Amino acid sequence: MDNLLLMLAPLFSSKLLLVLFFGTLFGLILGVLPGLGPTTGGALILPFTMTLDPLSAIVLLTSIYCAGTYGGAITAVLINTPGTPAAAATCLDGYPLAQKGEAGRALGMATVSSTVGGIFSVVILVFFAPILAQLAYEFGQPEYFALAIFGLTMLASIGEGSPIKNLIAGAFGILISTVGKDFMTSIDRFTFGINELTEGIGFIPVVVGLFAMSEMLTQSTLINQVFNRIALKAIKLPSKDDYKKTWKTILRSSGIGSFIGVLPAEGGTVASLIGYSEAKRFSKNPEEFGKGSIEGIAGAEAANNAATGGAMVPTLALGIPGSATTAVILTGLIIHGVRPGPDLFREQPDFLYGIFGAMLIANILFFIFGFFGAKIFARITLVPNKILWPMIFAVSVCGTYSLNQSIIDVWIMLFFGVLGFFMRRYGFSVVPVIIGLILGELVEGTLRQSLVIFDGNWLMFFTRPIALTFFILSLIALAFPLIRSRKFRKK
Amino acid sequence: MKNVQKSKRANKSLPFFFKDEFKVSFVIIFVSVVLLITTFTFDIVPPILNRGIQPATFPKALLILIIAMTLIVYYLATKNPWKIEKKLPRSFFLTVFSFVLFVIVSKTLDFFLAISALSIFVAYYWGEKRLFYLLLVGIIFPIIVFVFFETILGLRFPPGIITNIYYS
Repeated sequence: MDNLLLMLAPLFSSKLLLVLFFGTLFGLILGVLPGLGPTTGGALILPFTMTLDPLSAIVLLTSIYCAGTYGGAITAVLINTPGTPAAAATCLDGYPLAQKGEAGRALGMATVSSTVGGIFSVVILVFFAPILAQLAYEFGQPEYFALAIFGLTMLASIGEGSPIKNLIAGAFGILISTVGKDFMTSIDRFTFGINELTEGIGFIPVVVGLFAMSEMLTQSTLINQVFNRIALKAIKLPSKDDYKKTWKTILRSSGIGSFIGVLPAEGGTVASLIGYSEAKRFSKNPEEFGKGSIEGIAGAEAANNAATGGAMVPTLALGIPGSATTAVILTGLIIHGVRPGPDLFREQPDFLYGIFGAMLIANILFFIFGFFGAKIFARITLVPNKILWPMIFAVSVCGTYSLNQSIIDVWIMLFFGVLGFFMRRYGFSVVPVIIGLILGELVEGTLRQSLVIFDGNWLMFFTRPIALTFFILSLIALAFPLIRSRKFRKK
Repeated sequence: MKNVQKSKRANKSLPFFFKDEFKVSFVIIFVSVVLLITTFTFDIVPPILNRGIQPATFPKALLILIIAMTLIVYYLATKNPWKIEKKLPRSFFLTVFSFVLFVIVSKTLDFFLAISALSIFVAYYWGEKRLFYLLLVGIIFPIIVFVFFETILGLRFPPGIITNIYYS
């Protein structure tokens, strides 16, 4: 009961309501604009959050996360381009349905299923995050090391693209975290005599570079691309018949999305693809998929929004990000001096339940904004890239500079922009780099501290049951793509 | 489907050192080897102060792992070649050039001027020829961002021709 009251606290704070309002609005705009999205938007807004108190800052980031994930559906339905990667599966049926003159019906279903999926995942978050945090009390350094390794191997197994390329990208992310003074011995590593590098490479320059600047370079290759926009007359709530057809799909996809979200991987993108394929598998009319199936939209959208709450579970309970956007939220927490993990649940329940409540409200708010404002948000896609991206560049540069007031950070951002472009061009996902960078210190720190505990004996890791379980799970995660590709080849 | 087969065939006919899979693997391995050599220059901690492993050990292990995995990627690519990517358009190189221009101008002249120059340059070469919009992205918007960061976040931008006039 107390926790429920704590969850409702944001409703009674005019400041938090205002933050939620703007966060949801901003998130929707980011989601609608192809190439941007909650991860890039969150990274761009991080420096601004320094002017807010910790709760308001994280509420702002989480509302951007929830609304941005939904916003991608508007672009997916109307211009056949996912506003966010998580909305890629929505294009498959959303756009064909819009071409049939039913854009309002497609967006109505996307809005309802996203809201249900989002609310479902917040319920999962409220119940499971404290349980996971309780379990984490049993964790020592070796267990955290094994957990971080498991998180990285999961990227290989269920992340997008080639598993080995994902692992290389993850290892590269960890390598970036080793730049600067070694945190245990203060010895310089990879600083090349540059003073600014002794503090290490910051998270913001890397994330803004890999997401925003590399996307700017990608857009530079697409300047002659013409989008076929479908006009939206009005958004329609699903009919009784549509509800009858889709309620099972929405619930199933909400469950799938929440589960995928909890696993440390690419969250919404993978969730929506699995949600979509499962919707097709269970459908009575699988032949309609790809031609404007309402179940296809429901399956993809419920899953990607359900992944938002799911991804927050390991982020808050263990400090292990469940997706790229939660990696940004995790950075926000750290910048504001909040250390996620079991102690957070014991010491600051008002803070945590405030976040849960804010996520719940954000899901309701984007339903209202989406339902009444989709037509306006659809117009945002009319802003030409030749105007939009130079503006994003200005914000990216000033935002990156603002954190440490260092021009080197801006150059690092540009370097990672070019690097990110080529990584994506040759099939290396940039998300594992971010997760690797976030987990790097944890991986190295816990490994070294464990070796101190074990007196240098590596084999002692396998005498700890929880650590051993994570190692076995890591091996399964690594073997899974091989088994999957063999099965696929046999078929 | 036909296009994919065509591009795969085209890829097979190229000498191995022209193929993307070779170039990418070579760059990764080359950079990793250079960094691996660098790790041997890291200071060594005396045993009494050393906790667990030497500071160079962890990056060394990571780099060896990256090299090994890249070799696997290359081996797999010899069996199943990557599809040939389209040639990059001129606009891409101009955008990268604008990044270089930004670095030079921000270092030598002025931070604000660098943002302004890049914005106008990119907008123009991406196809925006209308003067009002060029002024909007190149001058009006950067001023708004500049003032916003300066007043709300209390940010002090690095000195330069225009910034000095603003601060004085």
